[in-house]
Amino acid sequence: MTGETSRLQMTFDRLHEEGRAGFIPFLTAGDPDLECSERIIRSLPAAGADIIELGMPFSDPMADGPVIQKSSVRAIEAGMTIGKILDLVERFRIDNKTTPIVLMGYFNPIMAFGVQAFLDRAITVGVDGLIIVDLPPEEDADLCFLAVKAGLNFIRLVTPTTGHDRLSRILENAGGFLYYVAIAGVTGTTSADPGRLKSRIDQIKNQTKLPVAVGFGVSTREQAAQIATFSDAVVVGSALVRLIEENIGAEHIEKSVLDFASELADAVAGARTDEGFSNTGRK
Amino acid sequence: MAKEPKKNSFSQGPDELGHFGPFGGRYVSETLMPLLLEVEKAYQAAKLDSEFNFELDNLLKHYAGRPSPLYFAPRMTKHLGGAKIYFKRDELNHTGAHKINHAIGQILLAIRMGKKRIIAETGAGQHGVATATVAARFGLPCRIFMGERDIKRQSPNVFRMKLLGAEVVSVETGSRTLKDAMNAALRDWVAHVEDTFYIIGTVAGPHPYPQMVKDFQSVIGREAKDQILEMEGRLPDSLVACIGGGSNAIGLFAPFLDESNIDLFAVEAAGKGLESGKHAASIARGKPGVLHGNKTYLLQDEDGQIQEAHSISAGLDYPGIGPEHAWLHSTGRVHYVSATDSEALEAFQLCSRLEGIIPALEPAHALAHVIKMAPDLPSDHILIMNLCGRGDKDIFTVADVLGENL
Repeated sequence: MTGETSRLQMTFDRLHEEGRAGFIPFLTAGDPDLECSERIIRSLPAAGADIIELGMPFSDPMADGPVIQKSSVRAIEAGMTIGKILDLVERFRIDNKTTPIVLMGYFNPIMAFGVQAFLDRAITVGVDGLIIVDLPPEEDADLCFLAVKAGLNFIRLVTPTTGHDRLSRILENAGGFLYYVAIAGVTGTTSADPGRLKSRIDQIKNQTKLPVAVGFGVSTREQAAQIATFSDAVVVGSALVRLIEENIGAEHIEKSVLDFASELADAVAGARTDEGFSNTGRK
Repeated sequence: MAKEPKKNSFSQGPDELGHFGPFGGRYVSETLMPLLLEVEKAYQAAKLDSEFNFELDNLLKHYAGRPSPLYFAPRMTKHLGGAKIYFKRDELNHTGAHKINHAIGQILLAIRMGKKRIIAETGAGQHGVATATVAARFGLPCRIFMGERDIKRQSPNVFRMKLLGAEVVSVETGSRTLKDAMNAALRDWVAHVEDTFYIIGTVAGPHPYPQMVKDFQSVIGREAKDQILEMEGRLPDSLVACIGGGSNAIGLFAPFLDESNIDLFAVEAAGKGLESGKHAASIARGKPGVLHGNKTYLLQDEDGQIQEAHSISAGLDYPGIGPEHAWLHSTGRVHYVSATDSEALEAFQLCSRLEGIIPALEPAHALAHVIKMAPDLPSDHILIMNLCGRGDKDIFTVADVLGENL
């Protein structure tokens, strides 16, 4: 992507033009099985996903709550690997050249795959960014420096425990967008407090021009819409993954997930209009 | 010039980012980073504070019962017919193992940092008991995470923790053993960063834990050094310790790392045999990776998924090893060897009968290696083995394997 405007940049530019926040669904790649997961992922853009976040399953996901832990187990048991996720992205890109895909996960499976081989293949198949939960700036030598050099956005997490100085450190090699972790806790456990969130997002935006997405603890249309009034994008993960868990084996599993994704996308897209904020996002 | 690292020294500890060569580090989610930086800062200050050290020494002496004796094992020595065998008797500490050494150190730091709540993970339950003990001693609420499978095989320790007022949380994810207990503890910590201190039970986890736990455990080696000088008038020829995460081993080895003529042996759990796939030998059969906040040798499949470890000893049943050990292995300073379940069981029984000491199954692995190496050594060879825990907790497991009905 070097030299041209990245897909993530174009997406956030477009969202800005449209005066709305983006919707980012998270799903664990390979959950509940490889085929079903791929069908859902390939239908997400039509359901209103502006960016897709794919979880790379790991046996020991220490930042994830029970819902995503279980989805990781299902995906690993279904045979999902780093190589197969990259193949999936390659097939996705055959008929979708515009929806950014970011991969989220833990470092060990990437290390086992081989860092440079992973980056080369990720660039080739059209991955747009990486969110690696257990690689803080202190460990940038392992992957971040190489990813940035290869032209891949290294998306950083900012949390309720991040202070002003720490944020400066985090921003040093951050790319694509910032991912604000709305709760001090693991995924899908408690709900974020929108009032406190807004002031945090405002603070962060004072320190950076990068778009800020909010995730962890967003599970309903109402919460998503509320957060969409002051953030650049909203991530919903566990609530979607839970639908997979609840509908395993059911014929309508894809429809259930995609219908809820559509509802969330609509809630996010309409949030500022509904609240009378339609013009605040425009230049 | 204090900043200049000492050349050719194995004692200099990690660099300022917590790396031991390519190992160690702080591989944690951003939520924990500010807290880890705070723990590190508080620990560095505490280390230099005479009041902190006075209280630590005082508790180690009057509460934990240190120094632990260095004991010449005459019948074991005679039976094996070679090296002179000494046991460092850390099983005589309060709570029955070496874990109390770092539990006292860490809770003093927690109190210094104003933390109001303690969490810990445990495998065999020894670290859980030690943590529950110091939490009771200082009146702090304590939650211990323990794999469901370990809860079953270490029931006496579960009851001990409850008696001490701790809440024992059964971890039912993954392999339901120590690694999963550690995941659960890290998740709890992320959700309670403000008021909670995580007392980690071995020389693993994110920096500064491997260094901190090593410092607190080094009392074992410092005492052993003084004691052997007093008893034999010279330093030993070899040291042997079992290794899961590696806290007792590094504790004994630390003050001897730069004595290059002393051979150091760390004994991993080979379970049902290294070729069986059912073992906990991270060095012998693992490869470098990242888990639980540090880079080290891990048992993992080709896709980088962590594999289950196996050992008859719950305390060694962990698919990783402390990062400093990974480094000491890569430099060749420490020899990493292994002993199987059945070799450990034999050593367990032999020690009970010959010396009147029922060892824990963990140091029984160290003894199994002593049994292999001692007969070929000359009678003036001085060997110190860390007898880091007592075996009362293991009698049900052993009885079960031996077909005895209790």
